[in-house]
Amino acid sequence: MIELLFLVLLPLIGSVVPVLTKSWSRSYSALATAILPAAALAVVLQLAPAIFSGETLFYQMPWVEALGLSLSFRLDGLSLLFALLILCIGLLVILYARYYLAVTDSMARFYGFLMLFMTAMLGIVLSNNLLQLWLFWELTSISSFLLISFWWHRADARSGARMALTITGFGGLALLAGILLIGQVLGSFELDVLLSKADVLQQHSLYPVILILVLLGAFTKSAQFPFHFWLPNAMSAPTPVSAYLHSATMVKAGIFLLARMYPLLAGSDLWFLLVTITGMTTLLVGAYLALFQHDLKGLLAYSTISHLGLITLLLGLDTDLATVAAIFHIINHAIFKASLFMAAGIIDHESGSRDMRKLNGLWQFMPVTATLAMVASASMAGVPLLNGFLSKEMFFAETLHQDVLGALSWLIPVLATVAATLSVAYSARFIHDVFFNGQPKGLPRTPHEPPRYMRVPVEILVALCILVGLAPQYIVGDLLAVASSAALGGPLPQYSLSIWHGVNLPLLMSVMAMTLGILLYSNRKHLFRFQAELPELNPLQLFEQKIKALLNNAQRWHQRFESAELQRYLLWMFLIVVVLLIWPLQQMGQFTRHTAMLPIDALMLAAMLVAIIAAFATVLCQRQRLLALVMISIVGLVVTLIFVRFSAPDLALTQLSVEVVTIVLLMLALFFLPHKISRASNAGRLIRDGAIASVCGVVIGSLSYAMMLEPQQRISDFFLINAKTGGGGYNVVNVILVDFRGFDTLGEITVLGIAALGIFKLLTRLPLFKPSSDAEGRQWALDKHPMLLAVVSQALLPLALLVSVYIFFRGHNLPGGGFVAGLITAIAIILQYVAQGVDWVKQRLTLEYHRLVAAGVLISSLTGAASWLFERPFLTSWFDYFQLPLLGEIELASAIAFDLGVYLTVVGSTLMILANLGKMTTDHRPVHEGQN
Amino acid sequence: MELLVAIIIGVLTCSAVFLILRARTFAVMLGLTMLSYAVNLFIFASGGLKMGAGAVLKATEDYADPLPQALVLTAIVIGFAMTAFLVVLSIRARADLGNDHVDGKLPVAKNTRQGASS
Repeated sequence: MIELLFLVLLPLIGSVVPVLTKSWSRSYSALATAILPAAALAVVLQLAPAIFSGETLFYQMPWVEALGLSLSFRLDGLSLLFALLILCIGLLVILYARYYLAVTDSMARFYGFLMLFMTAMLGIVLSNNLLQLWLFWELTSISSFLLISFWWHRADARSGARMALTITGFGGLALLAGILLIGQVLGSFELDVLLSKADVLQQHSLYPVILILVLLGAFTKSAQFPFHFWLPNAMSAPTPVSAYLHSATMVKAGIFLLARMYPLLAGSDLWFLLVTITGMTTLLVGAYLALFQHDLKGLLAYSTISHLGLITLLLGLDTDLATVAAIFHIINHAIFKASLFMAAGIIDHESGSRDMRKLNGLWQFMPVTATLAMVASASMAGVPLLNGFLSKEMFFAETLHQDVLGALSWLIPVLATVAATLSVAYSARFIHDVFFNGQPKGLPRTPHEPPRYMRVPVEILVALCILVGLAPQYIVGDLLAVASSAALGGPLPQYSLSIWHGVNLPLLMSVMAMTLGILLYSNRKHLFRFQAELPELNPLQLFEQKIKALLNNAQRWHQRFESAELQRYLLWMFLIVVVLLIWPLQQMGQFTRHTAMLPIDALMLAAMLVAIIAAFATVLCQRQRLLALVMISIVGLVVTLIFVRFSAPDLALTQLSVEVVTIVLLMLALFFLPHKISRASNAGRLIRDGAIASVCGVVIGSLSYAMMLEPQQRISDFFLINAKTGGGGYNVVNVILVDFRGFDTLGEITVLGIAALGIFKLLTRLPLFKPSSDAEGRQWALDKHPMLLAVVSQALLPLALLVSVYIFFRGHNLPGGGFVAGLITAIAIILQYVAQGVDWVKQRLTLEYHRLVAAGVLISSLTGAASWLFERPFLTSWFDYFQLPLLGEIELASAIAFDLGVYLTVVGSTLMILANLGKMTTDHRPVHEGQN
Repeated sequence: MELLVAIIIGVLTCSAVFLILRARTFAVMLGLTMLSYAVNLFIFASGGLKMGAGAVLKATEDYADPLPQALVLTAIVIGFAMTAFLVVLSIRARADLGNDHVDGKLPVAKNTRQGASS
């Protein structure tokens, strides 16, 4: 049944219509908005006969089949009832809102949100999959948030919307947990599978948890006590929203969920106890508080809470007939409450106030609206010949034969009568206070009848109140029957929808409620005085306070961990590293010697002592920056010596060259950073950092020692064996770099290039600090570049270039290679900059370094890609030997081309970094266009 | 000799960590440079220490482990690139923000909170 998908899609598409027709006149735009929901209504009506004949329609579209997820819709009696309510009242609300909204309100936004909400509601009632149902459930929370806060410039609208979202959102999470547990227990989320497995679920030990979670979802949505307080605060929404969301649809979503899950979850004592007590409490609290509201909409909101409680109570009573009564009251309440909200909106709209202390005697100004409102509130009070009476009678009848509360069950009919009395009293107040009771006091404008068509929706709904009241079986009999049987998940009980059941106990209860209610209202002054003495409890204020406290708390924790202080983050990081390392180190036991130790020689001992002293000296004189730099370069030199001593000439060469460029770099950095630094650390902090640093040192040192003592499980033998045969080179380190692990090297030179580009970008448009003197206040020397250095460096350049070429070519078989050669070339050129100045070099060297980097990465990549031509994997290397006259045998290898790319990238990147940094104080500094 | 190298690694790590925990960018740069020495030595040492072993085939029967050497070689170069990036970043931060504190702003008042000074 693809139509079911259309039912949800039509209003969804409809949410765009008002935005598209924004420039049309208001009436046409409203009309255009109504078209798609009307079409959806037509679809429902077309499908209705099948439902009335007892069918249930399904539509399924597979989505993630592996997870058992699919788009799954169903249409049964219950869905049909709700779909009709949602679409019919929705259409009336669209018409009503056209006249309600002011010219300054954005109609497109309002209708867009309204249609989104309609989509969500239809999604809930049509879903066959519980997860899908939940998704739409959340969508109603979000779209209702948007609708309540429609007048977002008003603080009460914002806080009311926030509260509604928080409460219903919390319920939504509980519901999700409940649904997931149901899926765990029963292995499916499809309703048609689940509904027949009530026994399995109710036997399961998780059933109480599931029940409570699902009920939390339903109760928060349906504003049941103690979550009822969000609904009155949501009254800051425009009245069409209240008429739609807070009477007929959204608050009924919770009731719908109860009815939908009734076959699955109901039947246990726990269900009856929880649902009955919650419903009864809500019924009474709502009705009592409604009496004391001075705001017209506030009265209606509490009355809605009370009626929702009534429906919940009915669903909790242990008879099938009670469920029928619940469904019947859903219909009736939707009809009379929507019309009442709309009437209240008209009064507000035409008189400028909703305060019942000001609104009096409106009968003389708007007799038609007054008549409509009075009929509707009579229905709310349960006056005979109106629809509210019928379901109330059924409710009374059901309360009479209950044993849910055991020996206390007699309380139920008594409390029901009390609630009905209160409901008569507040209905009477709505009628008498507003339309009679003297003259209006201080209204902003003189009230008058609304525009003709604004009243039409109210007229239709009130007509329905009367029609259902007079001929219930004829008007809603079939709908009630299919909806109830779907909710019960079984055969219908015997019941008769008629106005007159003879003189019986329910009728007596009704009469009693009427009389007492009128009596209560006429003596309301005493009651109001009593209520005024009670301490005021403002739920909104309380809620905001709690939320604020929660946020403050969260912020405190957040700040503790995310304080935007690098030092604190690093401290945590080092601490965690230490903790994670100490544990395995402790497990290792004592150091045991597996291999022979190398003997200590005096030279190394001396070098290392120097390094240790230099390292500590770097720390100690870190505020005398130049000195620290000298110290750290000593450490670097000793590291180079270590590489030399322990048979790593390649590393030593690289380390030495990098050492040079690093120191040049840091020297340049010194120029740009503050020269004077005040001592800012306190002793406690120094001790703490020192302790952590020492622990880190001890742990890492021990780890290194343990590692060196372990027997060597070498994978390197593979490289030693295959370097010559597979890679064609004797220098295994170089062969690994350009051949075996060539792909890594390609990545690394790319990173190098990116870093250089990033640096270049950072240096463009750098606001310059150009100090004129050093820390001691001495002027910078203005001398030209020293002659001696200039001459020597000039002489050195060709030599250095020659060496780098030599190192490059021998790299495959002897220590050397692209990295080292590149660094040597770069240093030679840097030396020219230092000795001769930027101007001099620029005249003679027109290379653009970023092009060099690009060329390098490109050459290396192309060398790799060339293997594809020979149908080999990326970066497969090739080499062969040739006999040349005079020179003898020479080797040609693709790795040379790859290494050339490495060489160019290293030269380009290093120069790009250092030369650009050096140029900062000259006219040649990088500008935005990026020309060197 | 292994013990000596382990001590060196430990001392370098210790100094590096202390420097990295300082509040001024230059000290952090020194610390990172120092830490990269320590890490490179650590990786290098993972292949075992060999004196007088061959670095190139055919030279001798005993070879130094080439794999850590290859790893360290690129690590040295990349380490330089990263240090350079950091250096320029802190120069830029100093130019844009007017100070060389690692958080980009000087602590508001000294000793008001434990973690805000150095």
